[in-house]
Amino acid sequence: MSEPQADNIILGFDNVSISFGAVTALTQVSFEVPEHEVVAIIGPNGAGKTTALNVINGVYQPTQGTITYKGEVRQGMRPHEAAVQGIARTFQNVALFKGMNTVDNIMTGRNLKMKSNLFMQGLYWGPAQREEIAHRQAVEKIIDFLEIEPVRKTIVGRLPFGLQKRVELGRALAAEPDILLLDEPMAGMNLEEKEDMCRFVLDVNEELGTTIVLIEHDMSIVMDISDRVIVLEYGRKISEGKPDAVRNDQKVIDAYLGVPH
Amino acid sequence: MPMELAFFIEVLVAGLLSGVMYSLVALGFVLIFKASGVFNFAQGAMVLFAALTFVRILEMGVNFWLAIAIALAVMIVLAIIIERVMLRPLVAQPVIILFMATIGLNYFLEGLAQGIWDSQVHGLDIGIPDVPWMSLLESTNILISLFDVWSAVICGVLVLFLAFFFQKGRIGRALRAVADDNQAAMSVGIPLQLIWAIVWATAGMVALVAGAIWGQRLGVQFSISLVALKALPVLILGGFNSIAGAIIGGLIIGASEKVAEVYLGPIIGGGIESWVAYFIAMLFLIARPQGLFGEKIIERV
Repeated sequence: MSEPQADNIILGFDNVSISFGAVTALTQVSFEVPEHEVVAIIGPNGAGKTTALNVINGVYQPTQGTITYKGEVRQGMRPHEAAVQGIARTFQNVALFKGMNTVDNIMTGRNLKMKSNLFMQGLYWGPAQREEIAHRQAVEKIIDFLEIEPVRKTIVGRLPFGLQKRVELGRALAAEPDILLLDEPMAGMNLEEKEDMCRFVLDVNEELGTTIVLIEHDMSIVMDISDRVIVLEYGRKISEGKPDAVRNDQKVIDAYLGVPH
Repeated sequence: MPMELAFFIEVLVAGLLSGVMYSLVALGFVLIFKASGVFNFAQGAMVLFAALTFVRILEMGVNFWLAIAIALAVMIVLAIIIERVMLRPLVAQPVIILFMATIGLNYFLEGLAQGIWDSQVHGLDIGIPDVPWMSLLESTNILISLFDVWSAVICGVLVLFLAFFFQKGRIGRALRAVADDNQAAMSVGIPLQLIWAIVWATAGMVALVAGAIWGQRLGVQFSISLVALKALPVLILGGFNSIAGAIIGGLIIGASEKVAEVYLGPIIGGGIESWVAYFIAMLFLIARPQGLFGEKIIERV
């Protein structure tokens, strides 16, 4: 695979720093995410991985540096605006709507695609009803794809963690995003669940062409599924490249195993 | 119809009709609770603010419908200001902090309403006569006030519309999503600010209707903000996040209050209407803490 060209970079960080009071979470981090690739961000605990995702989807604003998205330098953006522009995400600790069932949770992901006005919604009549049905069909496809048919009507608060992660992926997919941010999508899963999740992630990437940025701790998975790996340590980027190159980078090995002082 | 039975029906129906009005006040709480998980302590102050605004505009000689429209517009603007100034800086803060903010809002609104207008008692006539329903009285010997019937109809229509609006489709789902998890809701592109503004504006509208109807009964004055207290047992009965619960809870409280006052009151010394609702609510809390229709609290351990 050739090095990514400038014209198909979907997301770029240029010297991004962010600090909370005296604590610096990211220091001059630069990287580029090429379109249609799977990019993994790895690093020890507290390296700033989740912070990086939070910056991408607008939860945090960088203190310094610029973010380029779809060829445009992005000014202060909020999560809701990020969603409008095609950025969907999942969360480390699963942020589903726990009191709602699976279908309704995934339907919320369609929210931005629904257009009928308040009044029609109020009457739930005519166009509003047709629209609801059309979107429901899209949601059913996602449910089939993720193999969660049996829990369609289950309140998600009652689902085991592995299934909750899958529903959360479904909700993110429902928005038909251009870029999908996955924060530890396989944490707390057993081997079989991890394999399923890998398959879903790769299928989404290959069939829909969705760009994926994910954080993961399981190195064998990272090496298997990603096209490119970015390594953070103490808020700085210490390595970047193809999985094989990163795996053999002495700085990365030191960061994970520690260096004798 | 025998007198005894007619009298019982009379008591029951009067109770149910006033219950519909309790439902309306309770609904104001439920809407905000559903959208933000916050018990809005300021709901009573909003009723006072809405009713005072309405009655004072009427007293200026403005046409009835225009006055309603102006008061409604004022409540919508108020909702937008509340969202901007109070809620927006508190996004993703613990619920208790928002609750404290509504306590502050309560006193602010009470002061503002009486500061802008005044603290006199204002009579309000919304055009519905408080007279017996004659044809019913003649045919069945049951005495029911037309005012009760009409206000129950108005409240009923409003309650049903809101129940539908907030339960079905995109808005209902967005609302529940916002209540469940602010951050996640924003990440799927639900405009939190807009949803909150809509909900507070709706609560303002409910406050206006409740204020107008209770205002005719009690006169518009400070104590009208205390009708919010009547909503508490209704909420405990119906569950804080159930619109259906607010409706049925209101009916149960209204009916049992009146029936208890008339039939139980004389036995234990009378004057029980003011506390029997709270007593029922307490019994309910022991048996079913989540209310009749409240979402069952699920906790994974």
